[in-house]
Amino acid sequence: MAAPVLELKNLSIGLPKGSDRPNAVNDVSLTVAPGEIVCLVGESGSGKSVIAFSTMGLLPKNLPVRDGSRIALQGEDLVKVSEARLRELRCTRMGMIFQEPMTALNPVMRCGAQIDEVLAEHTKSTPAERRARIISMIEQVHLPDPERMYQSYPHQLSGGQRQRIMIAMALILEPALLIADEPTTALDVTTQAQTLKLIKELQTQRGTGVLFITHDFGVVAEIADRVAVLKHGVLVEMGPTEVLLKNPQHDYTRMLIASVPSHEPPERTRPVPTHEPVVLQADKLVKTYGHRGLFGGQKVAAVRDVAFEIRRGETLGIVGESGSGKSTVARCVARLIDPTEGSILLSGTDIATMPAGQLRGLRRKIQIIFQDPYRSLNPRRTVGQSIVEGPMNYGQSANDALARARKLMELVRLDPDSLDRFPHQFSGGQRQRICIARALAMEPELLIADEAVSALDVSVQAQVLRLLGDIRDKLNLAMLFITHDLRVAAQVCDDVAVMSKGQIVEYGPVQQVFGAPKHEYTRALFEAAPGRHFDFAKAAAGFA
Amino acid sequence: MSSVLNPTIEAPDVKVAKPGVFKRLLRNPSVLIGGALLLLIALMGLCAPLLSAIDPAGIDPSNRNMMPGHESTVRDDDGNKIQRVAIMGTDSLGRDIYSRVVWGARVSLTVGLAVAAVSVAIGLLIGLVAGYFRALDGVIMRIMDGLMAVPAILVAIALVSLSGASLTTVIVAIAIPEIPRVVRLVRSIVLSIREEPYVEAAISVGTPTPKVLWRHVLPNTIAPLIVQATFIAGSAILLEAALSFLGVGIPPEIPTWGNIMAEGRSVFQILPHNILYPAAFLTVTVLAVNMLGDGLRDTLDPRMAKRV
Repeated sequence: MAAPVLELKNLSIGLPKGSDRPNAVNDVSLTVAPGEIVCLVGESGSGKSVIAFSTMGLLPKNLPVRDGSRIALQGEDLVKVSEARLRELRCTRMGMIFQEPMTALNPVMRCGAQIDEVLAEHTKSTPAERRARIISMIEQVHLPDPERMYQSYPHQLSGGQRQRIMIAMALILEPALLIADEPTTALDVTTQAQTLKLIKELQTQRGTGVLFITHDFGVVAEIADRVAVLKHGVLVEMGPTEVLLKNPQHDYTRMLIASVPSHEPPERTRPVPTHEPVVLQADKLVKTYGHRGLFGGQKVAAVRDVAFEIRRGETLGIVGESGSGKSTVARCVARLIDPTEGSILLSGTDIATMPAGQLRGLRRKIQIIFQDPYRSLNPRRTVGQSIVEGPMNYGQSANDALARARKLMELVRLDPDSLDRFPHQFSGGQRQRICIARALAMEPELLIADEAVSALDVSVQAQVLRLLGDIRDKLNLAMLFITHDLRVAAQVCDDVAVMSKGQIVEYGPVQQVFGAPKHEYTRALFEAAPGRHFDFAKAAAGFA
Repeated sequence: MSSVLNPTIEAPDVKVAKPGVFKRLLRNPSVLIGGALLLLIALMGLCAPLLSAIDPAGIDPSNRNMMPGHESTVRDDDGNKIQRVAIMGTDSLGRDIYSRVVWGARVSLTVGLAVAAVSVAIGLLIGLVAGYFRALDGVIMRIMDGLMAVPAILVAIALVSLSGASLTTVIVAIAIPEIPRVVRLVRSIVLSIREEPYVEAAISVGTPTPKVLWRHVLPNTIAPLIVQATFIAGSAILLEAALSFLGVGIPPEIPTWGNIMAEGRSVFQILPHNILYPAAFLTVTVLAVNMLGDGLRDTLDPRMAKRV
């Protein structure tokens, strides 16, 4: 085996005093060989990004690299080198791409000029040579019309295009090591697939070693040669991808892999509730965002002619990429925004155009759970106050409401005595369960989950999904489940509607849509899902 | 593995609590120094009758334009002779400047406090409405833009000519142009808070709009408003002095720092203390208010400190 590009040996990185553990990263050793992709996987707080930043020499001062650690880039110990040498090494020998390409690029500089900065700093070529080299690099990352891209500002490009510019910038000096910190997490699934393909292609051509940081096992299965699993800063397991995914040795790895929802919809154990009454029926739903300026304006249709129905005890999933209008549908149904046209029948009553005063009585029947557990609870109010707010709005006494809140806390498996605590004392998954309790306190007929598990770690996601399923069955709720994650949709939904550009392109039972997708877009979407060839459920069944 | 399947009840992870707001405030040197200075000046204003036995409005033609430290003998109502020392000298009407400066603190602080309270109260109300109700936003903000374009001095002159010079007139005149600034601040906060999921959650559990505003939106505006209020107070004190100096503010017989300076203007070259003493107090007061504001901002709203 060739000499490794990157060698981490006994790497320990401290945390500031008063943190939950002394070290962010504890005694991690791993290597990345030329032409190899090593995936660093772990849940949030596992220290994976800290490793990336320490290698680039970008750690903040309050995270010191502990004595005895070694970070060797082609044999040169980066812990010991000067700041000036590090600056030289960045871009020439190691490059990095970040999660959010919009914030990683300077919004007031043209893309070409930003790449040019790298060249001007590290090479002695003339402006004309540099320009030619940049244009050729832009071509290599398969961006259309390189001349125009060179002249564009970041905001004029799409997310995927911006990430390509980032990749071009990181690789233009042909570094030996590429560090990719969640580079596809902020991208849509089809863009993600293309970006992964591009990284793999360039890496094979150039023999670059890649340290790829991700939380997504689908991406791991797609791209990694070897995988390292991190838990609380400790490397629990490392091995070749096939071996590690199929036969993990460590309990934690097994748990993570078992938590990844399978792409195949499960066999239904519950009967399809066709005899149950229809709770919600949307028809010809339209939402147009108009910009009414002094000088006219343009109108954008976020949702066009959407129709669906949900029966009691049934879950309808709406899947789609960002901008497809799926969240707009959810917010129209919850009447957080007013639909432009169409009807929304809630148990037969049209709420689409109902004035706010009349609507108040019906609001309690539709409850919504939001994506971001850190923003969906008022940080200034206790959990108990948040849960009882709704019932007390409808005249329940404080004592009754509190007694019920305690029961609900038990239902979502949280300690009822923690009702007087504030949201910041809970973890993300716990907060999401509090939000579920708050929604259930209203005794709703329809529960909307708007990307409710998207911000959660995979193991926590599994818990919350199971909880939602239990609650739906126990209370016989109708559920509208909005997600961009096809795996999650496959596991939770009875029916699925696939949305693209504001329209439902395919709608039917989940087995049918996932098993034999009819629409071109649906097929493309499924095709793009990372790690589709690897069946996590089967793997998990194998070692469970 | 067990953590996924185990349906046990979890208690929240208790994190180390940050020190309370008051503790953090007391650790901030600007808050301490600014607060202490302001407290001293407030005490001075409150204890004005004790600190100076001389009537601040009392005219003494025989002792006009005297230098600081001038001693004179006057007879009181019972005919007894009293020895008096004019620590800061006297003005062109023979009034004791020290006494006028001490009493003037009352007016300055009252104006600062009242303007801050009035403009924040009104601005908060308008800002909440403008930020939360889209339909009213445009109309309200255009009115505010218009209001902002009117200089305080013009408003003061107009009001004084309408209703006569008085403390209330001055307070109203200074407060009106400050209101749009508060409205803008509150509106910008409300605009971002309105989109928070917890506000939407409150709406979907049927919380009436006034309650949503009171419970979920308003508390977010308090810290920046306290900071803004101190800056308003500082500039109001200055503006009051300027209005008095120009003669469109509080009537000249009432001692205010601006009035003392206005009176001393004509003899500034020979008797600079007429202006320097009140100016020193004015400067220290405004400095103290601004230091307090800076400290409050750094402690209560670190993000805002970076923005400014």
